[in-house]
Amino acid sequence: MSSYKELIKNFEKIRAYMRDFYVYGFKNRNDYDKKSSRTYDDERRRMESWLGEHMGFVMTPEGKNIFISIDSRVSKHNPFYKALKSKSFTDGDITLHFILFDILYSPEIILSLPEILEKIDGYLRGFETPMVFDESTVRKKLKEYTEQGIIIAEKSAKRMMYRRVKDLDLPDITDALNFYSEVAPCGIIGSFLLDKEDKTTDNFSFKHHYITSAMDSDVLAMLFTAMRKKSAVTVMNMSRRSNEPRRNRIIPLRIFISVQNGRQHLLAYQPDFNVIKSFRIDYLSDVRIEEATPRFDELRATLDRMQTKMWGVIVKRGRYGKEKYEHVDFTVKISNSEEHIVRRLNREKRIGTVTKIDDNTYRFSADVYDTNEMIPWLRTFICRITELNFSNKAIERQFKSDIEAMYRMYGIEGAAK
Amino acid sequence: MIFNEIYSAYYNTVAKILAEILKGNTSEKNLNKIISENAFGESILNILPSLKNEKWQIVRSDLTTPIKHMPTMPLTTVQKQWLKAISQDPRIKLFDFKINGLEDTEPLFSPDDYVIYDKYSDGDPYDDEKYIAHFRTILKAMQNKQSIKIEMTNRKGRTVCTRCAAERLEYSEKDDKFRLVTSGCHFIRTINIARITKCSIYNGEAVLQSGAPETDYDYITLKVSKERNTLERCMLHFAHFEKRAEKNDGHYFLHIKFDKNDEPEMVIRVLSFGPTVEVVGSESFKKLIIDKLICQKNCGLL
Repeated sequence: MSSYKELIKNFEKIRAYMRDFYVYGFKNRNDYDKKSSRTYDDERRRMESWLGEHMGFVMTPEGKNIFISIDSRVSKHNPFYKALKSKSFTDGDITLHFILFDILYSPEIILSLPEILEKIDGYLRGFETPMVFDESTVRKKLKEYTEQGIIIAEKSAKRMMYRRVKDLDLPDITDALNFYSEVAPCGIIGSFLLDKEDKTTDNFSFKHHYITSAMDSDVLAMLFTAMRKKSAVTVMNMSRRSNEPRRNRIIPLRIFISVQNGRQHLLAYQPDFNVIKSFRIDYLSDVRIEEATPRFDELRATLDRMQTKMWGVIVKRGRYGKEKYEHVDFTVKISNSEEHIVRRLNREKRIGTVTKIDDNTYRFSADVYDTNEMIPWLRTFICRITELNFSNKAIERQFKSDIEAMYRMYGIEGAAK
Repeated sequence: MIFNEIYSAYYNTVAKILAEILKGNTSEKNLNKIISENAFGESILNILPSLKNEKWQIVRSDLTTPIKHMPTMPLTTVQKQWLKAISQDPRIKLFDFKINGLEDTEPLFSPDDYVIYDKYSDGDPYDDEKYIAHFRTILKAMQNKQSIKIEMTNRKGRTVCTRCAAERLEYSEKDDKFRLVTSGCHFIRTINIARITKCSIYNGEAVLQSGAPETDYDYITLKVSKERNTLERCMLHFAHFEKRAEKNDGHYFLHIKFDKNDEPEMVIRVLSFGPTVEVVGSESFKKLIIDKLICQKNCGLL
């Protein structure tokens, strides 16, 4: 029976729990039937250790519901970043880490592996039961650090010599780090940089700030790396329709980030089906970068063109690969003091055009891949929609019947016009 | 790539402990304070015991160390790549610095590698010299805890002047705008940076009361259907608020706390879900939804 540890080896295991506790927050212990109750208790205890102040619970007839509640407008730093700083390590790892960087404390110090080993022994001599590091362990650690870009290994007279990388002479960038660690993709890296600083100025706060993307940082960084290399990847994808994740081979083309629904998608080309399609990043894991592909530029140019017809992340193709568009137009009325509605139409539309019909009437028109993606936006104009004309008549009927359903829901079917 | 122990709270905390020991501060109370400030809730049970028991052989049981230099680690490749990536962002001009030494570093991502597809298109003018100057003045005032004098154009097009304390800069990713949250001025609480026409440090004698203004909160309760994947969409959509969800008699309820000033925005956000989300509280918020629907009835759409 393993004992509980605050740190974890694999982030994937807790990623789903954190999302459930934060996004849903109404599940109890019995709802997590896939895993053992010990796993549930351990993961809950870890989250309490990392995010204690943001965790709460309610007692229900079904049991205790644990939830994470964070007002991201008040919290100036993403609390989920703590979870990404919880990687476990061995006693040897941490011992070696601090000794190695103390031996190689300046870039001018260049040593061979035997010289480093001798110095390590010197550091450990004063301990009651000194650890012993063999050559292969230290070589492996140095190789790991070379890959991280913090140690340089160079051959000199047939011997591998090691030195630390010369550090950047960073100016005071605390404000920029505070800002970009929250708004830039892979902002966790900015948080790592802030950890190196002693300053704790907090001049920024964030509105409409979705923070769950923190949990997908590793996947996102790998996808960016693949795109920079113009490479294909294989990736595990947990689709909504199946219970088991499947490995897909795809060519990542662009990350689509939403600041209105909290989701991040990858638009990628799937060679097996000859399609560009979207993948939810929170459903992806275990990204493995493959070889570079000569088709990357051509595929990205295709996506650029497609974006002029995309409202969100959906791209539709009919049989034989032919792209299918749907036409949408709707008309809204505004009173003389409602110029802000016209500004709203113009700034919120992502594609399409807004046309003035008369002083009190404006029409929006667009050709899109998927009318459905536009419906939530269209509903925000409820109270002023006078006409609809969708080429997809099924969606038009659904929109109208939804409005009738809302009248019924709030008991105003018979309300005076 | 990112989930690695070299960035961990434990490594950072141990580095800070070593720095304290090297400075001669070996009081356990002080070291435990470092742990509680930099690591996790239960770390206090692991870090110092692991050092004192010589499990991690960098501190001896008597709290001396064989480490001779202040612990430092150079920036990793991915940290440099991320810095290079943000240096290509248009908003970087708002911050007055230049990082040397990244010339040969490939960015982790370029502006072409991602798109924020649903942000509004009338974001702040990050290339405008005046805007940049105003932003930097405000930032400097906050750093030095100075007050500022601002001239701005309000929504009605009138010029307004104020002296205030700059509390914080609030950025909305959806609006792509910065707003200054102020204190010490009774008639203005937030100012859109893009509306500022003049901004300078205020060295006058008037004492401006600083302190973040209190937020006036309101609460709503939504009944959320599972139909059309609404449960997942709605929970995620409102995830950034302080909230609580519950399942009751097969129905899902979401209680949300929000800034009362954002009520009109909340109304349209709730409306965007259509009939799969019903407002069940508060009555005043529900009335706002009903009013919108009654207006819609007048539009002759159905």
